[in-house]
Amino acid sequence: MAATPIDPELRSRIEDFLSDGAQAIDDDEIERWPFFFTEDGFYQIIPRAGFEAGHPLGIMTCRGRGMMQDRVAALRGANIYEPHTYCHVLARPVLRRDADGTIMARTNFALYRTMQGGPTELFAAGSYRDRILCEGEELRLKSRRVVLESRRVDILIVLPI
Amino acid sequence: MPTATTSNRALRWPAEGVARVPFRVFADPDIYAQEQERIFRGPVWNFLCLEIEIPKPGDIRLAAVGETPIIVTRDEAGAVHAMVNRCAHRGALVCLKERDHADALTCPYHSWSYDLTGQLQSVAFRRGVRGKGGMPADFDPAEHRLDPLRVESFCGLVFGTFSPDTPPVETYLGPMTSGLVRRALGRPYRLLGMHSQMLHNNWKLYAENLRDSYHASLLHTFYTAFKINRLDMDGGMLLSEDGRHSVSYSKRASLQSGEEFNGMRAAQYGSDLAGPQLLESFDEWPDGITHAIQAIFPTLGVQFTLNSLAVRFFTPRGLDETELFWMYLGREDDDPARIEMRALQSNLTGAAGLVSLEDGCINEFVQRGTRGSPEAAAFVEMGGRTVGSSENSRATETGVRGFWQAYRALMGL
Repeated sequence: MAATPIDPELRSRIEDFLSDGAQAIDDDEIERWPFFFTEDGFYQIIPRAGFEAGHPLGIMTCRGRGMMQDRVAALRGANIYEPHTYCHVLARPVLRRDADGTIMARTNFALYRTMQGGPTELFAAGSYRDRILCEGEELRLKSRRVVLESRRVDILIVLPI
Repeated sequence: MPTATTSNRALRWPAEGVARVPFRVFADPDIYAQEQERIFRGPVWNFLCLEIEIPKPGDIRLAAVGETPIIVTRDEAGAVHAMVNRCAHRGALVCLKERDHADALTCPYHSWSYDLTGQLQSVAFRRGVRGKGGMPADFDPAEHRLDPLRVESFCGLVFGTFSPDTPPVETYLGPMTSGLVRRALGRPYRLLGMHSQMLHNNWKLYAENLRDSYHASLLHTFYTAFKINRLDMDGGMLLSEDGRHSVSYSKRASLQSGEEFNGMRAAQYGSDLAGPQLLESFDEWPDGITHAIQAIFPTLGVQFTLNSLAVRFFTPRGLDETELFWMYLGREDDDPARIEMRALQSNLTGAAGLVSLEDGCINEFVQRGTRGSPEAAAFVEMGGRTVGSSENSRATETGVRGFWQAYRALMGL
């Protein structure tokens, strides 16, 4: 239920913004990923059970764009893993505007992972719980919690979700 | 007691002893089946859960010992019990929820109901329905119960064993290991987060990996670049007297330059973090040890790296499938700033660990690399061919050899 209505034009911008964020990761333009966030933006991947229990720790936590850039630098130059690609499939976001103008968005997703030479398999499903700021013409994530349905990760997570 | 299978009898451990590991031990279903009996149901303490997960009478937590499903409970008097999650009637799982609270354990199949110690209390339709049917007259509920394990807690870690021969936990751990566990977990703590990851490899490859201090600065390049755990720091690899438990530790403050690292891939990554808050920490340990990974036979690990305190344990889910659990802890009296530091440092380890994520795939690489070569063997001679503590160097595989020494003794291999 939307407390303040979101006009169709804004909704359309938000949907494009969310899709673009997912495609930056899918299309190996991972360097763009931190810039979908505000400078002090927060990003966390957390299993649903921990999210519901109010746990402060998740599987990946970035406080500030710098930590996200370190993640990118690490996966480009330091971490060892088998090459793989992501394909995010996003559902229609449920939007609500807070009193201070922040947009709260919840977007379910399915994430398929393809290992080199392997099949495409469902890697994760869950929802983005986003707080989005309108900075002039720009939309930015103030915070994103990626709530995974399962607490169990297959092999590893190196690319953000 | 199981008897040696034909294929097992044919496995001849190489003459070099613990300095070799025949790859067949990671891929042979007969050996895997024997491990269930001789290791997991043998004279070892298996980690089950944390006491803080079952704080109140009636709290229930599911666990596993090898592939055997286990129920852990706390009874009305506050005592902790563990039993096989298999109904004494027809063998169905009795408890289904990973965490639960109840005053009795009731099998969903035919409503056989047990108390929190696992003793059968009542059976549905025991006297039949309207005088017809029912159990034989000599049926006695007192003769039926869920298969119990012996249980002992140490620093809030709940252990279970099937064997009457397992010595008390503190004796089993030995003075070094129990002392370090007490150092890490001897004060009240709470759970800050948990997750697990599936490793597509035999459980023993992770057991080796956890005891392998040689690989840390070579495979995990992020770690070394940030000077958290480099071989040129003060540190060592200490083993329990029998070699089966180990601790790899380092002291960050005493970093010196090590020429061996120049030009190596491990040292290439720049040390300038764009988000240096990752490594913000507070002094928690008076002895200068900033990093310690303890391995406790067979499947438990206790880590603290800076302020990241965690219990890891792993469970075989099949011959070449292993589930690795990460439980992150904080102190009961942590303020929000300390929780934030622990949260950011938790990025170093776990399924997405900047340092450890390679362990999610490296053991699978061994599993795949050794396919088709069951008669070949791993060469494990870094730091010598024997089992013993390495006081001054972590460039050693002594912990790995210690694991195999204990494993061979239990398996009779």
